[in-house]
Amino acid sequence: MSEAVVIGSITPTVELLAPWVVEDVRPLVAFLVPWLGMIGIMWAGEKRPNLRETFTLVAAVIQSTVVLSMVPVILNGAIIECHVWQIFTHVPLLLRVDGPGILFACVASLLWIATTVYAIGYMRGLHEHAQTRFYSFFALSLSATMGVAFSANLLTIYIFYEMLSISTFPLVTHMQDKNARTGGRTYLGYLLFTSLCLLLPALSWCYVWLDGGKVTMDFLTDTGKIGFFTEPTQIILLVLFTFGFAKAGLMPFHSWLPGAMVAPTPVSALLHAVAVVKVGVFCVYRVYADVFGSEVLAKMDGEDWMMMVACATILISSLIALSQDNLKRRLAFSTIGQLGYIVLGATLATEQGMGGAVLHIAMHACGKITLFFCAGAIFVATGKKYVSEMRGLGRKMPITMGAFLIGSLSVIGLPPLGGFISKWYLAMGALDRDAAWVVVVLLVSSLLNVFYLLPVAVTAFFRKDETDNESNGIKEAPWACVVPLALTAVGCFVLFFLSDPLLRLAGIKD
Amino acid sequence: MDNAIAWVLLFPLIGSTACALLGMVNRKLCYPISVLSMVAATWASVETLFQAVASPTAEVSYIFGGWVLDLFPRGVGIEFRADLLGALIALVVVGVGLIVSMYAKLPVEKETPKKEALYYPLFLLQITGLAGIALTGDAFNLYVLIEVAALTGYGLIAIGSNRAAAATFNYLILGTIGASLYLLGVGYVYIKTGTLNMVGIQEVIATNGLHDSPTMQVAFVLIGLGILIKMAFFPFHAWLPNAYSSAPTTTSCLLAPLVTKVMIYVMIRMVLTVFGVEFSFESTLWSEFMPWLVVIAIVCAAVMALAQREIKKMLAYLIVAEVGYMVGGVWIYNYYGLIGSIFHIISDACMTLCLFLATGIILRACKTTHFDGLRGLFSKMPLTMIGFFVGGFSIIGLPPTCGFFSKWYLITGGMVAERWEYMVVLMFSTMIMVVLFFRLIERIHLAVSESGEDLGKGHGDLGLTKEQTKFEEAPLSMLIPLLLAASIVMIIGIYNQEVVDQIERFLAPFNLPKGTGH
Repeated sequence: MSEAVVIGSITPTVELLAPWVVEDVRPLVAFLVPWLGMIGIMWAGEKRPNLRETFTLVAAVIQSTVVLSMVPVILNGAIIECHVWQIFTHVPLLLRVDGPGILFACVASLLWIATTVYAIGYMRGLHEHAQTRFYSFFALSLSATMGVAFSANLLTIYIFYEMLSISTFPLVTHMQDKNARTGGRTYLGYLLFTSLCLLLPALSWCYVWLDGGKVTMDFLTDTGKIGFFTEPTQIILLVLFTFGFAKAGLMPFHSWLPGAMVAPTPVSALLHAVAVVKVGVFCVYRVYADVFGSEVLAKMDGEDWMMMVACATILISSLIALSQDNLKRRLAFSTIGQLGYIVLGATLATEQGMGGAVLHIAMHACGKITLFFCAGAIFVATGKKYVSEMRGLGRKMPITMGAFLIGSLSVIGLPPLGGFISKWYLAMGALDRDAAWVVVVLLVSSLLNVFYLLPVAVTAFFRKDETDNESNGIKEAPWACVVPLALTAVGCFVLFFLSDPLLRLAGIKD
Repeated sequence: MDNAIAWVLLFPLIGSTACALLGMVNRKLCYPISVLSMVAATWASVETLFQAVASPTAEVSYIFGGWVLDLFPRGVGIEFRADLLGALIALVVVGVGLIVSMYAKLPVEKETPKKEALYYPLFLLQITGLAGIALTGDAFNLYVLIEVAALTGYGLIAIGSNRAAAATFNYLILGTIGASLYLLGVGYVYIKTGTLNMVGIQEVIATNGLHDSPTMQVAFVLIGLGILIKMAFFPFHAWLPNAYSSAPTTTSCLLAPLVTKVMIYVMIRMVLTVFGVEFSFESTLWSEFMPWLVVIAIVCAAVMALAQREIKKMLAYLIVAEVGYMVGGVWIYNYYGLIGSIFHIISDACMTLCLFLATGIILRACKTTHFDGLRGLFSKMPLTMIGFFVGGFSIIGLPPTCGFFSKWYLITGGMVAERWEYMVVLMFSTMIMVVLFFRLIERIHLAVSESGEDLGKGHGDLGLTKEQTKFEEAPLSMLIPLLLAASIVMIIGIYNQEVVDQIERFLAPFNLPKGTGH
């Protein structure tokens, strides 16, 4: 344990803030628990489904407990570090838990519990095949997600980022048919092309030239070193990093996400609304906040262009979402737009903007996973995938559709739901840097959100199904599907009322 | 043991004689003898490496027959010198040999029935030759050992099918041309310097100022050309794909990871130790256009790999592309490039081994290595597939496999040397490797034919009978070596720093450019 330094509001400059470091293995435990879970899952196998799912649940619960147990330490102003192994002489594989990291890890691991319960209902309800493989790789993905959340330098985050790309491939191609092949190809094509051809050169560039090749690119101590490069190089690096983390779904590298919707709904829900895409935006956030740092960003022009790309992504994807009839595809495009918000917050490079970005990771996760859960529950109960088929469903599945309405409102950003808070801080961040046009974009986009999300609930509740003969036997999905979606819907309220610790973790409040 | 370096060669040599003699009595004795002698050789090789690491000059020397070397120019005796590079490569050779010798039992019984007494002596002699190449300190002795390795290699390939005989003939012609060119070059060097000892040649070049000597330059070109043919550098690669894909399983498992890589070692040895950095790189005759040849080589080999529909052929072309990586790493003339090259020799040997071992198992289980016969293999033999894909991910360069770290150093080298063409081509071939391996994963994992029709009824139905997807893992004598190789790929990746430290120590005296910073 190194010496404690008092943190006070008197010294707001980053250089003087050397937080209190605690050496602890808990981040590593959170990373390894899913691996143990995976071994258990494989050992139980198809023959003992109850035991297998117990292993998944136990792994998820233990992981969440470990992650949650670290929250008080972080709230006290300390950070937790765990040195795993030395990648290069001067670059360690270092796990570090700080505010944004723990916030992301909490969201991912808590929602993993919900998704596991949901997946049990969904997969059994549809009699899916190869569930052992499904749960195994699901656990592996969560392990990689923890790795990303707790990474302390660029190379570490890159390693876990790649691990996530590979471990989600069997999930995306779960159906093992023609569509799965197309989806899988798009998925890996985009992700590996960007990470190997854009990200890797940018990474080596930093590691070779900074500090005479002895740089760690640590997120805490090496922030802003990139300012050593000339302005054009900085801009090129910024572009390579932003687009290189294609999991963030920034246009024009977004097509993998709708393609990945061929996966079973629990995968779409947790990975393509929470874990995978949030890993992308989290990496982008790290690059902006902790690699470049707001001081370097303030001096360069390129960042304005990235802001425009983010805004364009928000608006274009919302417009595309309007025209989608397939509910999951509509949600996918909505996700792309919401990810744009987070990238936008990072590019704002103001304290409130970046804090808003971190908050939006949590707020959007809770809202969007509810929507996906509902989409899946509707599919399990009725086999319907298209918005136009959902007339009259509100009466038959009141809980599901009610939750859908709440999720929609949270994504749109209405109080008293979580989505409001993050949007508020994003707008404040934009005003901080005198970018009023960004606020206009946010407003227009919220309006578009209303147009593509609310009609789903409206159709379900207020439009009567003409072909309905009251006896087609549609009722709520199995309880294992309904309970998680009800809980996450409640979560949207909880996030609004208990937002104080979140604000502190995101660095907006001290 | 002081002369461990000699025992690295002697154990397999004695083993091969013992196999030949005792094999006549009882064929079953050959397998245990070969494994035993490889275990002993591995031990000697590890010992040599430790001795080299521990010695202050970072090298171990042994003079065969105790012939005294004159001080200048170094005279007649044959010196074996293991510096860190030589010792590392020798360990790779012997280690791969050990793993393949463990694996050999069933494939040899099956593919070359009743020929064990012929096969195992050749197999061990091959390892003797390759390990000797890595350890010898004498340019002519190197030629002898190259021929030992080549001749036994011809035998090991031709012992299989009739198709292999034709491929061997092709290999024999090209291999002989390569070796002759090398010998011719060594002749010129001997005329000019009066010594055959590698360090001796370097000393004479430095003292007598032979940097501009046309004779030496011709010698360099001849030797270089000979080595490029032997390592299957792109325009000279024609012998490799057929030879490796038609050879018996064990042969391709042994030759594919080692032969080309050892020849790259010879190139590095010639460039750094024999001719010296100044001579090799400062002369613009070849150092300017070699990187461009590399670019052409990698692109062509990668595209040809893409056109293959058979795993062994595909891997063979991959080897040709990887040869391009390593040659490029040397000729971009840069510290990091050379680290990358040397590290890639080691890691490529491991991952190629991994892939070929797995391919051997697939061949045994499916009777074919054509892409169409692979469907459903994940449920049939999951462990084998894991081994196969660890190798594949390493070729692509995904962390934390060793392939990622060698590629990292190669890219870094290209960046520091400002050889953008080399960097771009590395990216390009990486993408091709992604396509190659994920296409294989698709073939194994999905129920879709190549033209895109569904073969099953959906929901994981692969369109196969229960019998065809039943769990039936490979026999342990084949599975364990594969998993061993796969874990080595991971371990070298995770502990890459330990290896790179030794490579850096080896490279330190050569004063290679490191880049000055921007």
